[in-house]
Amino acid sequence: MMANTVEAKGQLTPDEQKRLTADMHRSLRRKKIRALLLVAPLLIFILVTFVSPIATMLFRSIDNPQVSEYMPNTTAALARWDADSNELPDEATYAALVTDLKVGRENHTIGKAATRLNYEKSQMRSLLTGTARKAGRLEPPFKEQLIKINDGWGDIDNWRVIKRESSPYTASYYIAAFDMETTPAGEIRMLPEQQRVYLQMLWRTVWMSLLITALTLLLGYPVSYLLASLPMGIANTLMILVLLPFWTSLLVRTSSWIAMLQGQGVINDILVWFGLVSDDNRLSMIYNATGTVITMTHILLPFMILPLYSVMKTIPPSYMRAARSLGATPFTAFVKVYLPQSVPGISAGAILVFILAIGYYITPALVGGQTGQFIGNMIAYHMQSSLNWGLAAALGVVLLALVLGIYALYSRLLGSNNQMSLR
Amino acid sequence: MENSASSEAFVRFEGVQKSYDGKVLVVKDLNIDVPRGEFLTMLGPSGSGKTTSLMMLAGFETATHGNIYLDGRSINNVAPHKRGIGMVFQNYALFPHMTVAENLAFPLKVRNMGKSEIETRVKRALDMVELGSFGDRRPAQLSGGQQQRVAVARALVFEPDLILMDEPLGALDKNLREQMQYEIKHIHERLGVTVVYVTHDQSEALTMSNRIAVFNDGIIQQLAPPTELYEKPTNSFVAQFIGENNKLSGTLQSTQDGICTVRLPTGELVTALDINTDDIGKESTLSLRPERVFLDPVEGQCDNVFTGKVEEVIYLGDHKRVRMNVCGHDEFIVKVPNSTDNKGLQVGGTAPIGWSSKDCRALDPI
Amino acid sequence: MKKFSKLSSVLALGAAACMSSAIAAESLTVVSWGGAYTKSQREAYSNPFTAKTGIEIVDSDKSGNGLAGLRAQVEAGNVTWDVLDILEGDAILACDEGIAQQLDYEKDLNPGADGTPVMEDFVEGSLSGCYVPTIVYATLFSFNNNAFPGEKPSTIADVFDIKKFPGKRALEKKPDANLEWALAADGVPYDKVYEVLATPEGVERAFAKLNTIKDSIIWWDAGAQPPQLLADGEVAIASAYNGRIFNAQVVENQPFTIIWDGQVYELDGYIIPKGAPNKQAAMDYLRFATDTQRLADQTKYISYGPARKSSAPLVSTHLETGVEMAPHMPTNPENFKTPIKKNAEFWADNGDELRQRFNAWLVQ
Repeated sequence: MMANTVEAKGQLTPDEQKRLTADMHRSLRRKKIRALLLVAPLLIFILVTFVSPIATMLFRSIDNPQVSEYMPNTTAALARWDADSNELPDEATYAALVTDLKVGRENHTIGKAATRLNYEKSQMRSLLTGTARKAGRLEPPFKEQLIKINDGWGDIDNWRVIKRESSPYTASYYIAAFDMETTPAGEIRMLPEQQRVYLQMLWRTVWMSLLITALTLLLGYPVSYLLASLPMGIANTLMILVLLPFWTSLLVRTSSWIAMLQGQGVINDILVWFGLVSDDNRLSMIYNATGTVITMTHILLPFMILPLYSVMKTIPPSYMRAARSLGATPFTAFVKVYLPQSVPGISAGAILVFILAIGYYITPALVGGQTGQFIGNMIAYHMQSSLNWGLAAALGVVLLALVLGIYALYSRLLGSNNQMSLR
Repeated sequence: MENSASSEAFVRFEGVQKSYDGKVLVVKDLNIDVPRGEFLTMLGPSGSGKTTSLMMLAGFETATHGNIYLDGRSINNVAPHKRGIGMVFQNYALFPHMTVAENLAFPLKVRNMGKSEIETRVKRALDMVELGSFGDRRPAQLSGGQQQRVAVARALVFEPDLILMDEPLGALDKNLREQMQYEIKHIHERLGVTVVYVTHDQSEALTMSNRIAVFNDGIIQQLAPPTELYEKPTNSFVAQFIGENNKLSGTLQSTQDGICTVRLPTGELVTALDINTDDIGKESTLSLRPERVFLDPVEGQCDNVFTGKVEEVIYLGDHKRVRMNVCGHDEFIVKVPNSTDNKGLQVGGTAPIGWSSKDCRALDPI
Repeated sequence: MKKFSKLSSVLALGAAACMSSAIAAESLTVVSWGGAYTKSQREAYSNPFTAKTGIEIVDSDKSGNGLAGLRAQVEAGNVTWDVLDILEGDAILACDEGIAQQLDYEKDLNPGADGTPVMEDFVEGSLSGCYVPTIVYATLFSFNNNAFPGEKPSTIADVFDIKKFPGKRALEKKPDANLEWALAADGVPYDKVYEVLATPEGVERAFAKLNTIKDSIIWWDAGAQPPQLLADGEVAIASAYNGRIFNAQVVENQPFTIIWDGQVYELDGYIIPKGAPNKQAAMDYLRFATDTQRLADQTKYISYGPARKSSAPLVSTHLETGVEMAPHMPTNPENFKTPIKKNAEFWADNGDELRQRFNAWLVQ
């Protein structure tokens, strides 16, 4: 009690200050624990469903256990071999290989190493699995016999690939993701023009996403303005119409666009009916980039309208009136007063639509044909069809880095502006 | 200036009507002449049509019927930005993304004024409202009173002949509001611009205005200078709306030479000025200001003398408010100056009270 | 490290894995391709199996990602599939990687109804350790008769001849079969396409040929798309699985004609995932479903050829329409004059590189 009495001047001795700080901490601790408990379920959920998959993805893009784990003897033997020597490995290495192949065949694990190596060089799979089938019958010395079974074992480049990929971590998925390759000599270079995929795909994904963002802004801004300026009742009714697309599944919406846009579809039929387009010359509006842009613009439009509307709703009509009363024409008042204040809505909507668009893959897969595919389709392809998960993870990381980079750029360009507009 | 109503009108509403839905008239037959240089306040409860009238003048609403003239010219079809009217809004409407100086420069820029000219004028306007060093701040960094001053300065900076103010002090606390009332009044006196001011706060109206138009139900109930409005209300609404008022209802008994007699339901007869009554035998409401009622009136001082029973005494420092039951009406308020004489007022006790018939006005029934 | 990657795989793929482990042991999860094909399996294999043993069959239409799903499940240590319907090439990979059950064919399967030993009864070379083929199916071209009122295309070369047979083409969005056809259309003898395709010049040649029709191609992903594209008139000629076209022709009466020339045929069949939750029941199902009669029965529902020689004489008519099935079988001698056998081993070896090249070609 005594310690807490304060002098008339209100100044505390150091001892009292210490006590006061401790008291304050104690009283705040309960609050902090409470806050933590309230947040805990979400935190755990995010850790499990968001952070750990991303961490897994990051890890998978460099993880390279197959060769070192399933061909341990060969890996150890090759560590002593000089890949630049232009000489085949020694007999001990061949013997280690035979041991690995025998064990691998028995445990059915050699296929995993074979599949991994085949990503780097075609024929590696059958070289390993084919030889493994015959390895059981071999007696030393092995070198000659192996080369006789498959002359791939006499090719020094194959040994270089095995040595390179026997390291437990690899950059080769990233090398592939950037349309590059490692030559057997260990040099990293761009792939020949006709084999490059991902950089073009990435660039196309970015510019088409930008185009889609611009279109949703162009279409969404006037609608949001109308919604924000209408009385609450009517605005709510119209808002339901805007949100209506959310109630139907993505697939249904995409499929109905197919019915609309295809060669024998509704729009072409109408154009032909009015004689605007000849029957043999129907427009290709789907299974190409146009189809992707139209469909995705429609699907993503609500994500632009909602943030725009919520920001515009907070702009009092008196600003426009003030500007008019001060002598500004409606146009000037809009450009100088309304538009700058709606910038937070524009930037929030734009970044939302852009980030959603850049990761899309179902819609481009259905309506994109060959020119309207996104990088997401390549990731899905490597996840589901080619089963090259390492490459899929590397592409995912590249996409993630791209999004983060764009977001950083965005907050640097618009972040300060946003802060000023928010009161 | 009080008498300038007769000179040529600068702003004129002529038979103006406004309806939003085509069924109900929000403004019914509005006619006002505002002479140049006047400070006219539109006063009334919310929904009385005062703000709508102001918005029609500003050009943000169009009149359904009638004409509005500015400086002798019909402005019905003139866009708001071409009317050259300065306006101060309820929440100031300072552009949040511009600095104070940019806000002030805005009306000058859209008029394509030269850069140095703009700078001079902005500086002058800021000095006028004593915010000379605040030009680089953003509105959000200013206090409410400062924002208010910037809003006034912005409405004035392009030197309009007419300023409209729509409840500009509504968001301020009491002390600041009173201070701003004087500042606006002084600016008006110094610059001599015409001001049309909308408020629902009667003390604000009384403090600042040359004339006050009291609105109710879409109609101007009375248009008069503040003193006249308070001293001589011409109908019960105005009497009730402006200041504190005792009202007594009764039937008109007789009337002669502007003096009438009204019989209260309890049978007493009250003599009053006949201001706004119907035929003999019809209802009328008497209006009487609390400060014009005397306790223990001296013989011959009052021609209406009754006995009141004290219901409640509220001590207010310089005076006491005494609620009494007079003639069966128990909301009768009397203001008693705080002097040593009347310490004997006890709740439940009785006292004679009286008032002069010159201070009591017989008006339309409520 | 192992633990971490195991845990993380569970997390990453948790959504993909179906939670059928909750189902009691009296049921088997059989993963197949869905649609008419799963229906034919249900009628011919599953319903009789349930009638006989009382074990319920749960169909799952996940074969489209069969190998990926299986890898994920094995890696996560939570296998929920009992039987997986899979293409031969993927089955070889699964077997090599040790995620499919090794089989002892003579012991695990029934001999032919006519007494033919197991190893001689199935399509030659198809019993590769883990795999039991059930059908022979073909990817082939067919066209809408309405698109060609005059002369009709009849060879692979015709399909690649846009001038003579104008109209859009629908092709599956992968290099498999398309590259073979491109070479075949370019004059390579059908039995030499893989030899040519194994060389860099051969790959160039195939893509060069594909390039000649690239602007006229609409790409499809799902087996149901090409009959739809043909029916809508979106394309004049489409590559498709023969069973889908049969269904459109016979059941839906669409005016489609099949070009049997250059049909790329391959095997489809079963593997048992390693660690299948109901292994014994799965083995019973495998034995039952792949016997002579069941494979013959399946042809009543769909026009895929049985993978057992002993089933051929038992093929009869389509149950729904009464159509004689033999003329619709890819293996019918009349249709089997100029086929291309899909080389699963070749695609397992070269698929990664060719698909990369194919994707790059698509982007350009």
